[in-house]
Amino acid sequence: MIGLVHYLTVGTLLFVIGLYGLLTKRNIVAVLMCIELMLNAVNINLIAFSRFITPELATGQVFSLFTITVAACEVTVGLALVFRVYHDRDTVLADRLNWLRW
Amino acid sequence: MNITLLTSEILVVLLGILIMLFDVLLPRQESRRSLGMMAVWGTLGILLYTFTLAGPPATVYKGLYVLDTFAVFFKQLFLVSTVLALLFSLDYVQDWSRNQGEFYALLLFAVAGMMVMASANDLLTIFVGLELMTVVFYILVGFHLEQVKSSEAGMKYLILGSASSAVLLYGMSWIYGATGSVVLTEIAGKASASPAVLLGVALMLAGIAFKLAIAPFHLWAPDIYEGAPTPITAMLAMGSKAAGFAILLRIFIVALPALQDYWLIAVSAMAVISMVGGTVVAMRQTNIKRMIGYSSIAQAGYMLAGLMAADVPGVQGMLFYAMLYIFANVGAFAVIVSVSQQTGTDEIEDFAGLAQKSPFLAVVMTIALLSMAGIPPMAGFVGKFYIFLAVIEQGHLWLALIGFIMSMVSVYYYLLVVKTMYMKEPKDSRPLLVGSSIGVAAVASVLMTLFLGIYPAPLADFAKAAAQVLW
Repeated sequence: MIGLVHYLTVGTLLFVIGLYGLLTKRNIVAVLMCIELMLNAVNINLIAFSRFITPELATGQVFSLFTITVAACEVTVGLALVFRVYHDRDTVLADRLNWLRW
Repeated sequence: MNITLLTSEILVVLLGILIMLFDVLLPRQESRRSLGMMAVWGTLGILLYTFTLAGPPATVYKGLYVLDTFAVFFKQLFLVSTVLALLFSLDYVQDWSRNQGEFYALLLFAVAGMMVMASANDLLTIFVGLELMTVVFYILVGFHLEQVKSSEAGMKYLILGSASSAVLLYGMSWIYGATGSVVLTEIAGKASASPAVLLGVALMLAGIAFKLAIAPFHLWAPDIYEGAPTPITAMLAMGSKAAGFAILLRIFIVALPALQDYWLIAVSAMAVISMVGGTVVAMRQTNIKRMIGYSSIAQAGYMLAGLMAADVPGVQGMLFYAMLYIFANVGAFAVIVSVSQQTGTDEIEDFAGLAQKSPFLAVVMTIALLSMAGIPPMAGFVGKFYIFLAVIEQGHLWLALIGFIMSMVSVYYYLLVVKTMYMKEPKDSRPLLVGSSIGVAAVASVLMTLFLGIYPAPLADFAKAAAQVLW
């Protein structure tokens, strides 16, 4: 029987994989994908909690709809900025972005 | 459901849409300054309207959205900072070859997001308001098309900002899972010190601390402050920071008072690291925007120290400080915009001899920096006084002592700038011109900084009324 714990485990794994990728990937597009992974981990959590903790209310499911929409906006802006950076610098590698003293 | 309570937000969004519309209708070669003036007067009008909002708390749609004195205080703070930031962006934006109208419209959308955050009473609304603000700021930080630094700063802000949003959301999902609710007042009744809630609280605190640029989550701030267009740097330092404090106070004081023992430890650690770290690193900076960036980390630390008191006087001090910090920042950034526009850089050494080139700008900068350092009779002194007094009354003498020492140390690097302006010889003796709109913003900031320093009572009473709503 698959229960709440299983979903939460998958969510945690996804979140940690996303976080790991965020810290290690060099390509900005891959970094954006890792952020998506983290946000999808949130969605899994929200929907699982919604189903098991408050099955009569759909709070978590509504919340996850908002998360999906906002994530789409973030990625849109992110890809636009990737274009700009590529246009200015001919690279999408994060460690080449060193004009500012990061 | 009383939709009229949302009037001020709706008006701000409408103003933004109207400006976009006029931007399309205006002939291409026409100056966009009129759109900027429209944004200034419109925001000023909405600011005046918010003075009619005072009254008992009222809620929209099952308590998801609340309009109380606390919300009104922050809305007015955001609108004041927008009017002043718009005033000194008029000249700055004028030099751009395109996208001038969109700049004003986007800035207004960001403000709408902040105003939603000030009123939000559940995690979902907080999240939507926060994202409305930050997504717009990602665009605005990378908006300076002629500068490569700007797009790089925008990219960095987007990556770190959305990662922190994901962390914040993950924390929210755990709080929801543990309490079965996303409404702050309902969470307050159900939150207990279970592992799930504590995990959620820790993740949310990290996410919000990132938005506030509080150490150890501050690494983005100096880079983005340096790379962003200067008016946006100012809005990040004033509006974005204050909005972060608004949700921090709502979440932690309204929803999680039961866990105070746990989060106070984290808050005190972050306040101390911010005050010490921000001050020490700011001393070594050569770029004025970076220096303000690091000093804003220290300033966030002082404000966070007010939360340590966790009572009405402490929050009152925080709100008072957030408001006066706006006027100090406006003065400093108005001068930075003027100088960098005419010399082309914003290194501190280019401020040499500013007192000879433009005595007015030098005086404005000096007053702004002394207010940030907390020297009487500027407003900054009164703000720090309120915060540290509240902290001491709650028995955290050590924290006030660290804050006091650090603000004494900070006088050093603020005065370095003043010394460069007054003691050093300028490279060229061309007098600097001050644009009329920048002049208005600078004069307003100086007058308010001195007024609040000498006669703080009206604002302090307002801040107290706002703080009392949370209990």
